[in-house]
Amino acid sequence: MRALPLFFVALLVLSAPAIAVQPDEILKNPALEQRARALSSGLRCLVCQNQSIDDSDAPLAKDLRILVRERLTAGDSDGAVIDFVVARYGDFVLLRPPMNARTIALWAAPFLIMLSGAAFLWRRRNRSAAPAGVTLTAEEQRRLDDLLRDERG
Amino acid sequence: MFVEIGHFALALALGVAVVQTIVPLWGVARNDPALASVGPAAAIACFLLVAISFGCLMMSYVTSDFSVENVVANSHSTQPLIYKLTAVWGNHEGSMLLWVLILVLFGALVALSRRSLPPKLRAGTLAAQGSVSVAFLAFTLLTSNPFRRLVPAPGEGQDLNPILQDLGLAIHPPLLYVGYVGFSITYAFAVAALIEGKIDAVWARAVRPWTLLAWTFLTLGIAMGSYWAYYELGWGGWWFWDPVENASLMPWLAGTALIHSTVVMEKRDALKVWTILLAILTFSLSLLGTFIVRSGVLTSVHSFASDPQRGLFILGILIAFIGGSLALFAWRAPLLKQGGLFAPISRESALVVNNLFLATACATVFIGTLYPLVLEMITGDKISVGPPFFNATFVPLLVPLLLLLPIGQTLAWKRGDLLGAAQRAQVAFGAGVVTMLAIFAVVRGGPVLAPLGIGLGVFLVIGALWEIGERVVTRASGASAIWSRAKGLPRSAWGSALGHAGVGISVIGIAAAAWGTESIGMLKVGESLTSGRYTVTLEAITPRTGPNYREDAARFRIVANGRLLEPVEAMKRIYTARAMPTTEAGIRTVGLGQAYISLGEPDASGAIAVKLHDKPLILLIWIGALVMAAGGALSLTDRRFRLAAPRRTPAPAALPQAAE
Repeated sequence: MRALPLFFVALLVLSAPAIAVQPDEILKNPALEQRARALSSGLRCLVCQNQSIDDSDAPLAKDLRILVRERLTAGDSDGAVIDFVVARYGDFVLLRPPMNARTIALWAAPFLIMLSGAAFLWRRRNRSAAPAGVTLTAEEQRRLDDLLRDERG
Repeated sequence: MFVEIGHFALALALGVAVVQTIVPLWGVARNDPALASVGPAAAIACFLLVAISFGCLMMSYVTSDFSVENVVANSHSTQPLIYKLTAVWGNHEGSMLLWVLILVLFGALVALSRRSLPPKLRAGTLAAQGSVSVAFLAFTLLTSNPFRRLVPAPGEGQDLNPILQDLGLAIHPPLLYVGYVGFSITYAFAVAALIEGKIDAVWARAVRPWTLLAWTFLTLGIAMGSYWAYYELGWGGWWFWDPVENASLMPWLAGTALIHSTVVMEKRDALKVWTILLAILTFSLSLLGTFIVRSGVLTSVHSFASDPQRGLFILGILIAFIGGSLALFAWRAPLLKQGGLFAPISRESALVVNNLFLATACATVFIGTLYPLVLEMITGDKISVGPPFFNATFVPLLVPLLLLLPIGQTLAWKRGDLLGAAQRAQVAFGAGVVTMLAIFAVVRGGPVLAPLGIGLGVFLVIGALWEIGERVVTRASGASAIWSRAKGLPRSAWGSALGHAGVGISVIGIAAAAWGTESIGMLKVGESLTSGRYTVTLEAITPRTGPNYREDAARFRIVANGRLLEPVEAMKRIYTARAMPTTEAGIRTVGLGQAYISLGEPDASGAIAVKLHDKPLILLIWIGALVMAAGGALSLTDRRFRLAAPRRTPAPAALPQAAE
């Protein structure tokens, strides 16, 4: 249950909202704890809807939070912790999808859309900058020059 | 009795909506003004019938009629009256009825509108609107009937979901739906224009107020939803990039692009084809949002497949209306004449760039929301697309747009002077840079993004006000001259300045969130916890009984920078009917910031888990949204929308439209 804005489907998976990370989970070392929080906010609670383990009160999220902290305490780097979790739960656990063959379209889409939109506009600009059929005849050009000369004179 | 009247009125409304869809178009085709004028009467009748139906459902909630399945599932006799009323739309069936009520309300408003519309355009618009009503009335009646009886009737209801027992439910869904559904009118206007094969400044001027109205309400609805989630869920977050939120953000982004492109169309007769497409897409995204939220497709592709009735019905509506209108667009749009040429450096071009960025941002949210579903359907692979993805793509798309905004808004129409525009924005830019440097100097070692973001916000606010200031204040003019100039400016100029300033205010609030802090601790009575500027001390935990819940209220003494504030309470509740626990956050507002306390579980020793947030300037996020909405509302009162549109309509505007 993440967002209230339109709540109907979300009601299916509902845990009481509360504070998620429990005081007894917090590591003594503040630097490690900060890394644990940062890592947890990027890991999905697998039984919730689009909720990170850092926000979820589900027991599984708690287990995963403790697991992350155990690995960090054991001296793992951030990358090693993520690899450890992904090896068990798959890419689904990552809220930031990894860039690979299956997700390249996802990551490239915003830039491709922007570029193709810009390219389309650029082509149109060149087209409208020189619209066909508005070149002046010699007679018109002469009259225009006369008029402009009068204006300045 | 009420229940049967309500059900019957709803069925009758479906019949009337069919008439509203078919007869006016037939009349136009046969050149029969009597048939063509059926539209307004049918639209008004349809609204009255759905209003009766809605009123009847409300009556069964107020009287706790537990022979109605919907009331049993979502109400309880001890529930306070306000939540009995809001429970009407706190569930799928009832909220669908609210959706339809607002849909037909907009139809009736177009029918009653005193603005003179070309008769063909009015007939086409009401017919298109009618067809949407037909689809959703049929959906409600066939798959989501709120009037279904239950035999035998139970003696007591199951209570409304406790999380929804909040004033937020009274305000948020109606606002959001007026926004969502309001775009159906722009859609109907676009379809009517395509059918007629004619679109011009008159069309743009007729559509613009409806677009502004829907956009204003959608802005309010999203902001209210965000604030509700913030204080009710207890996480202290205000936006989660949840698919359900994205469903409302997409029409908002497209609608924002639309209110800008209709300006170009109205003023310069350009961007016609794009504006029509955008009008169709905006409502299509509203429909898509309805599908995403109600089909069950979010939980998993499989849960959608296991109970497909509603999902398939909406999918059918989606394909018919989006596919149908896009096919119509592909067929008829080439017939529309392009007008108004403009130079690459001009207000028009600036607004095109605005549309490019907003459309790309909207497409990004669209792809991020639907990609996991599509991937799972095709390959069976499950991936998650969460906040980190959107932060990495959406934010970089919006920042350049916001940086360009204060420059673009001062460019002249047709052919602008980029250097001059940049010069006009330099005071605002300077103010932003100075603010940023001052913050860097004072706050050492904090997050880097906060000062940058606040600098951007100041640039936007000052830029918006400066633009107005330049038009009002001239050299050697007294206060009275300034006053009369200020009054002489069109309200839409004030509205857009306000709207842009609102964006800046929100940006400041969002940036300042980076300075927020939080602490978690187990507190016994008398113990304290500090986070940022605030220190709270647990004074007492008192059990209490509410109308339909029991709660433990924890009272905290709160000190901000050494100053004692009014004590604040946070609660843990159990709603008895569902035996469901909830928490109520304790919030103390200080200036524009807040101290935010939420409670966790108690342990065996009697201590309770407490989480304290210091949230500096957080209120600016929603104040900015309110200012944006106020800008939209102010533009709506602009003189040119209150007067009859010029050209193309020689007929007197004062004729009562219903008698046309």
